[in-house]
Amino acid sequence: MRERLLQFHGRRGWLLLAVAAAVLIVLVPVLNSLPKSFPLSVPDYLIPLLGKFLCYGIMAIAMDLVWGYTGILSLGHALFFALGGYGMGMYLMRRMAGEGVYRSNLPDFMVFLDWKQLPWYWHGFQHFGFAVVMLLLVPGLLALVFGWFAFRSRIKGVYLSIVTQALTFAAMLLFFQNDTGFGGNNGLTDFKHLLGRSLQSPSTKMALYVASAVALVLTYLLCRFVVTSKLGRVLTAIRDAELKTRFCGYESTHYKVFVWTLSAMLCALAGALYVPQVGIINPSEMQPSNSIELAIWVAVGGRGTLIGPVLGALLLNGAKSYLTAAFPSAWLYVLGGIFVLVTLFLPRGVLGLLTTVRKRKAAGAPRAAEVERPEAPAEHAGTPEKATVSP
Amino acid sequence: MRLAPAPTASRRFAQGLLALAALVLVTGGGGGRPAFADTLDDAVNGLASGSGEKISAAVKQLATLDDPRAIPALDALCDDRLRAGADGRAWIFDSHTHDLKDPLTGAPAPAGARPAKEVELDNDIRREAQPVLAQLQLASPDKSVRLAAAEELSKAGSDDAAVMLHKAYDKEKDKGVHDALALAVARLDIQSKDPAARLAAVQLIHKSGNDAMLGELQRLLSVGADGQPQEPDAQVRAEAKEALNAVMSRRRIITAVGSVIYGVSLASVLLFAALGLAITFGLLGVINMAHGEMLMLGAYATYAVQTFFQNHLAGAFQYYLVAAVPVAFIVTFAVGVVLERLVIRHLYNRPLETLLATWGISLILIQTVRLIFGAQNVAVANPDWLAGGVELAHGLVLPYNRIGVVVFVVAVSAAVWVLLYRTRLGLNVRAITQNRNMAACVGIPTKRLDAWMFGLGSGIAGLGGVALSQLGNVGPELGQSYIIDSFMVVVLGGVGRLAGAIVSALGLGVINKLIEPAAGAVMGKIVVLGFIILFIQRRPQGLFAIKGRSEA
Repeated sequence: MRERLLQFHGRRGWLLLAVAAAVLIVLVPVLNSLPKSFPLSVPDYLIPLLGKFLCYGIMAIAMDLVWGYTGILSLGHALFFALGGYGMGMYLMRRMAGEGVYRSNLPDFMVFLDWKQLPWYWHGFQHFGFAVVMLLLVPGLLALVFGWFAFRSRIKGVYLSIVTQALTFAAMLLFFQNDTGFGGNNGLTDFKHLLGRSLQSPSTKMALYVASAVALVLTYLLCRFVVTSKLGRVLTAIRDAELKTRFCGYESTHYKVFVWTLSAMLCALAGALYVPQVGIINPSEMQPSNSIELAIWVAVGGRGTLIGPVLGALLLNGAKSYLTAAFPSAWLYVLGGIFVLVTLFLPRGVLGLLTTVRKRKAAGAPRAAEVERPEAPAEHAGTPEKATVSP
Repeated sequence: MRLAPAPTASRRFAQGLLALAALVLVTGGGGGRPAFADTLDDAVNGLASGSGEKISAAVKQLATLDDPRAIPALDALCDDRLRAGADGRAWIFDSHTHDLKDPLTGAPAPAGARPAKEVELDNDIRREAQPVLAQLQLASPDKSVRLAAAEELSKAGSDDAAVMLHKAYDKEKDKGVHDALALAVARLDIQSKDPAARLAAVQLIHKSGNDAMLGELQRLLSVGADGQPQEPDAQVRAEAKEALNAVMSRRRIITAVGSVIYGVSLASVLLFAALGLAITFGLLGVINMAHGEMLMLGAYATYAVQTFFQNHLAGAFQYYLVAAVPVAFIVTFAVGVVLERLVIRHLYNRPLETLLATWGISLILIQTVRLIFGAQNVAVANPDWLAGGVELAHGLVLPYNRIGVVVFVVAVSAAVWVLLYRTRLGLNVRAITQNRNMAACVGIPTKRLDAWMFGLGSGIAGLGGVALSQLGNVGPELGQSYIIDSFMVVVLGGVGRLAGAIVSALGLGVINKLIEPAAGAVMGKIVVLGFIILFIQRRPQGLFAIKGRSEA
């Protein structure tokens, strides 16, 4: 047991994790409770924002699991995130039955559409437990089915990226429709309370923040468990040389489907925590750019490190919040520039850079430029028409 | 052309005489001319008289005279352009030049006509004058004037109008006008109390197949509040039912043909995007997410050229498009080559990273265009020779700009084909596509060709932007809406296959538009995306896969 835990993380790793968890879960609430005049006090308005970023962090870990460790670049993770969010949104809508603008038992938008009764797929969502199970199961099931068909057909590389993007785009169009029964353009919003507590009160916001932080830490531990296990080794092997792994007797499809589904469910969890904190879920959460931005968080932080993506998500979203307010026209340049520069010069992200620098210091060799490419050429060797260019 | 039945005519004639008498008094006998020799002149001048009754009498007089020369005067009356001159005569006022013209001869008014005051008339007179105008216009030698007149008369819906229309219908030689008259007649007759007239009307509608009368047919067949059918006559009902079916099936065919035409035009835009993608993806293995932005840049280049022509070469404005084509190509070609040299060449072999980097580039391009041209959409005008369209059948117009886009894409595809399959450059490119290392070994400058081909792919998208600018508004996000579709085309067609891109673009465009009427635009798109996702499961290499060892 002890051995497995140490394999999981070195002693220093555990310590760092404990510190990070303590900061997120304990220190931030404590700082928030301090009087406003105190220099380090965290103002109330920051709490939902931080909670939102932590949800993005969960999403980034989930993305890293499939991209960083298994080499599947999904451009459809926003779909699972939004589905989880919609599940939570449905629960919140059902709980406020009778408190809407129309005082109807149905959600406002249904009254507006002149619907007389609840569509069948809305039943049961007034129970929190049921809603939570469904908001994890439905995206999971979708991912399972889609993944099974896609990986069985050996769709990989950019093809998979494009197909996942198409799937998300189709889903977005579907959710934009009023007839789909999820509020169309406006989505679900105007939530009042969660588990009997008002969503407006600072204590609920703090509770949601803490829940997000705990979920992030648990997600991290779960993913760490996966990637340090034998299963994780196989995943990395699939990333680096899928054919060889297959020939070694590992059915790569099963591994990929598993990690794909797990990742989708984690995204759904993030979405479910995200919605009550921002107070709205609508189809624009599924737009293609969201999934691609998710990829860049992971790339900035460092693929295949688990902690890197979280840092990337926090860093980029912090920058986004600041820049879109301070220099609105500069943000797209910054984001675009990050996309280009990171892929060109930082293939392993910020964390990779730090590791390289540390190794260089340790070795005392200033010119030990070691740039490892996370994706081995084997992934593309299968297609002769795109044969490798000799560098 | 005597139109009205005898009693009405005689009454009119009497009224006309009265009016004449009045006119003679008012105009002072037309300057000493014999009153009856100049009846037309007098009646026209009567239109400019002070009282409503006199105007009305003059209108009736003109109806009796039935002389098309009075059309301008009546037209001016209905449009409030008729003026009563100081000399008591009627003059037509030109609102642009502020000239007064003689209603019959068009000669400019003498100084004595001024000051002229507006003829005041109420809606009753206007309502009287309009059918008379239409009646005169029915005899006009100009086809379009006759058509408009028939339309006007059928709206008026009076018995007189029906008689006039019937006469005109029997006399009409031109087929198009004849059909239009048939409908106008039918629209009146279907309201008639005479079952035979209604039957004839329904039969006319049946024969023409025009769907403008669909509502009337449905009304005949519907059941009133008392449970009785609206149409008492069983024979008429049966005929109406048949006519309804005929009209509906014709409408379905027209809708289907229209969908195919719009599908082909959508396909041609997709093809522009997909051609370039097929080249870059097939040759370089690069997923260029900024490809849609090349469309956008091409469209903005067109806009810039248009603005330049407006400001500096207004005389040659009609030909700005001819200049826009090379400009758009050169701009996007240059952007493509620069991108390849600066970014993409470092990322060969890492397609997933290329995808992200080019996405970043697309964001930068969008923001740059936003800063230069503004975030609002800009409008690019069609030159006159691309405005309008041919009417293939009633309700089916084929706009020239769409025809132009299709012709353009055919020309560009042909040029690309020639370049790839009939030139030495193309041979080299295809060699690289098949085996890059071997091609490099035999001395093909692969690096340089990579840049050129990336530029070419971008340039073709730029040409697509020129085409897009002719179909709709141009905005910074223009490219984003096409990128997913164009990837679908490439994936469906098979990577790097020209024929595949063409066939799948056509297929997707047409299928999309065919599903649209049945399921709505959004559902159509969802169905198509779903279909592609399923299709790729079955054939990951696309429709036109290159035979190779890649399927291992």
